[in-house]
Amino acid sequence: MSNYSYPDPRGHFGQFGGRYVAETLMPALLELEEAYAEAMADPEFEKEFHYYLNHYVGRPSPLYYAERLSEHLGGARIYLKREDLNHTGAHKVNNTVGQVLLAKRMGKKKVIAETGAGQHGVATATVAARFGLECEVFMGTEDIRRQSLNVFRMKLLGAKVHGVTSGTATLKDAMNDALRHWVTHVRDTFYVIGTVAGPHPYPQLVRDFQAVIGREAREQIMAAEGRLPDAVVACIGGGSNAMGIFYPFLNDKDVRLIGVEAAGLGIDTDKHAASISAGKVGVLHGNKTFLLQDEDGQITHAHSISAGLDYPGVGPEHALLHEIKRAEYVAISDDEALAGFKCLTQLEGIIPALESAHAVAEVIKLAPTMGKDQTIIMNLSGRGDKDMHTVADAFGVEL
Amino acid sequence: MGRIEKTFEQLKQNNQKALIPFITAGDPNMETSEKIIASLVEAGANIIELGVPFSDPMADGPTIQAASERALEAGATLDLVLDLVERVRRFTQIPIVLMGYYNPVFCYGAERFAERANAVGVDGLLLVDLPAEERDELLVYTKPKGIHLITLLAPTTPEQRTKQLLASAQGFVYYVSMTGVTGTSKVDSAAIEAQVTQLRELSPVPVAVGFGITTEQDAAAIARFSDAVVVGSALVKIIQQHTDSPRLQEEVRRFMTELKRGVSRATD
Repeated sequence: MSNYSYPDPRGHFGQFGGRYVAETLMPALLELEEAYAEAMADPEFEKEFHYYLNHYVGRPSPLYYAERLSEHLGGARIYLKREDLNHTGAHKVNNTVGQVLLAKRMGKKKVIAETGAGQHGVATATVAARFGLECEVFMGTEDIRRQSLNVFRMKLLGAKVHGVTSGTATLKDAMNDALRHWVTHVRDTFYVIGTVAGPHPYPQLVRDFQAVIGREAREQIMAAEGRLPDAVVACIGGGSNAMGIFYPFLNDKDVRLIGVEAAGLGIDTDKHAASISAGKVGVLHGNKTFLLQDEDGQITHAHSISAGLDYPGVGPEHALLHEIKRAEYVAISDDEALAGFKCLTQLEGIIPALESAHAVAEVIKLAPTMGKDQTIIMNLSGRGDKDMHTVADAFGVEL
Repeated sequence: MGRIEKTFEQLKQNNQKALIPFITAGDPNMETSEKIIASLVEAGANIIELGVPFSDPMADGPTIQAASERALEAGATLDLVLDLVERVRRFTQIPIVLMGYYNPVFCYGAERFAERANAVGVDGLLLVDLPAEERDELLVYTKPKGIHLITLLAPTTPEQRTKQLLASAQGFVYYVSMTGVTGTSKVDSAAIEAQVTQLRELSPVPVAVGFGITTEQDAAAIARFSDAVVVGSALVKIIQQHTDSPRLQEEVRRFMTELKRGVSRATD
């Protein structure tokens, strides 16, 4: 793995990735690629990025030893990377700080974003407010219903929220409308994509901004245990929190990397969001990757109890890591995620986001199969405050 | 010489410009689309752009999004679109360009697609989300079959890139008249005249202009300085409004006749 170097100069991760967009957007992507390369080569940008990560986001986030969960499961020692403690409540803000600083550097005054659970929308609106940029967020009306609290937060932060009614009215459709808006306003608008998907350079850029999670976790586990973990577990919708924590471990071939997709009602049903486990290769939203689609290449509906995982594709680098077998991808159902949610809440006093609860559920399966001398790092990508209504519904409780 | 080249050659000899109507194949169903194509040909279309429905038409406005949804609900697939072309070829040799998104073609298989498309008589392919950077994987199969991958140029395309793209242009190039999606605002002919004129000087192939052309007046204005005028959403709207009416074909012909009058007036 030591020669792992993706994407290639044209933005491909093996057969995946690329820039499958309308010509109108191509010049903007080329401009972004250039601006990003310049920013990365500029120590001042790096300094500014880390300043805001430390003083605004609250990094480094703790690597917390989940003692009671570990004892309860009776196997591996479990560490939680506490991205839930970040400002705005999830890992999303690492990336929005990076992209908004880049937008500012490029002289853009307006930013747009798509959002599923609303975490990326809130993170974008937050950083846009901090830097005085205009912000518009595209969100499916189904997600607006599920995540009304986040919609209110975005509005308070001064963002305009567009309800998207087309298709399934979820994340995929929000991304369609964000792309439509971008193509119309491309000259003065920066599109802050929230995950490691979309056209090049987004998958690379989002990965690089999120890789702070993995770099910190690597140092923290060395300090705590004196050695690398045996496994790293993270949930996957588009896959930004997973890519962020996986990336600094890619060359450590003894560290198992496990991505957890949403199996919804089961991957043998038509109600899930497990594009690697049950999809096939196709092209959507600017990149080639695994997609949920029918035999005619029409994108099919994703389903997950968690709005943030409810997307029919996955970042192209995950597609590559799956293909070259560097990472393993498993799927966790709605019910298993809810059980994971309850377990972490009651044993550790930490309420995870429903997205992260999928990773918890995988850890519940995995830890007992491992020895007490082994360790797992789980990326606790976000906190569950936003999911109270959904969870109450699922448990039959009226609020 | 292919059907597209022959068409433009003839138009040039007669000092005329091309009118290119767009419809979504299978909206409201394939039989009706076949009849609509016959009406378009009868009313003077020079090239047909046939939309291949896709679940996520990111470059389209509400009108064509809805047409795509109607077609998919009625069971449209890429195979059925190719069947439609096969039937259309029994009554006309008008150039046919399939327009849409890459995934249905990718999913069908590039090689299999190129073979079948060539066999049924497709002349060109315009895939909105397959820019020059990514098209080689398809070009290797379409080029030997003489199917043109039509190049799109946008108002945002810089000069250097325009030159590069034109160097490999096939059939004709499609100039997108505005930054935006289909059918949402009106074309501003005065604003694009200089760009299109310059493009025609640089281009080895004819230059078609599309996006926001809805009336006879628009068609006349654009045809004055371009080689071809593409009308999509405005026609799709007429089809939608008269879907269940016995006057559907009549309305399509009436609208096309108006547009044709505009295009003809440009070269009077």
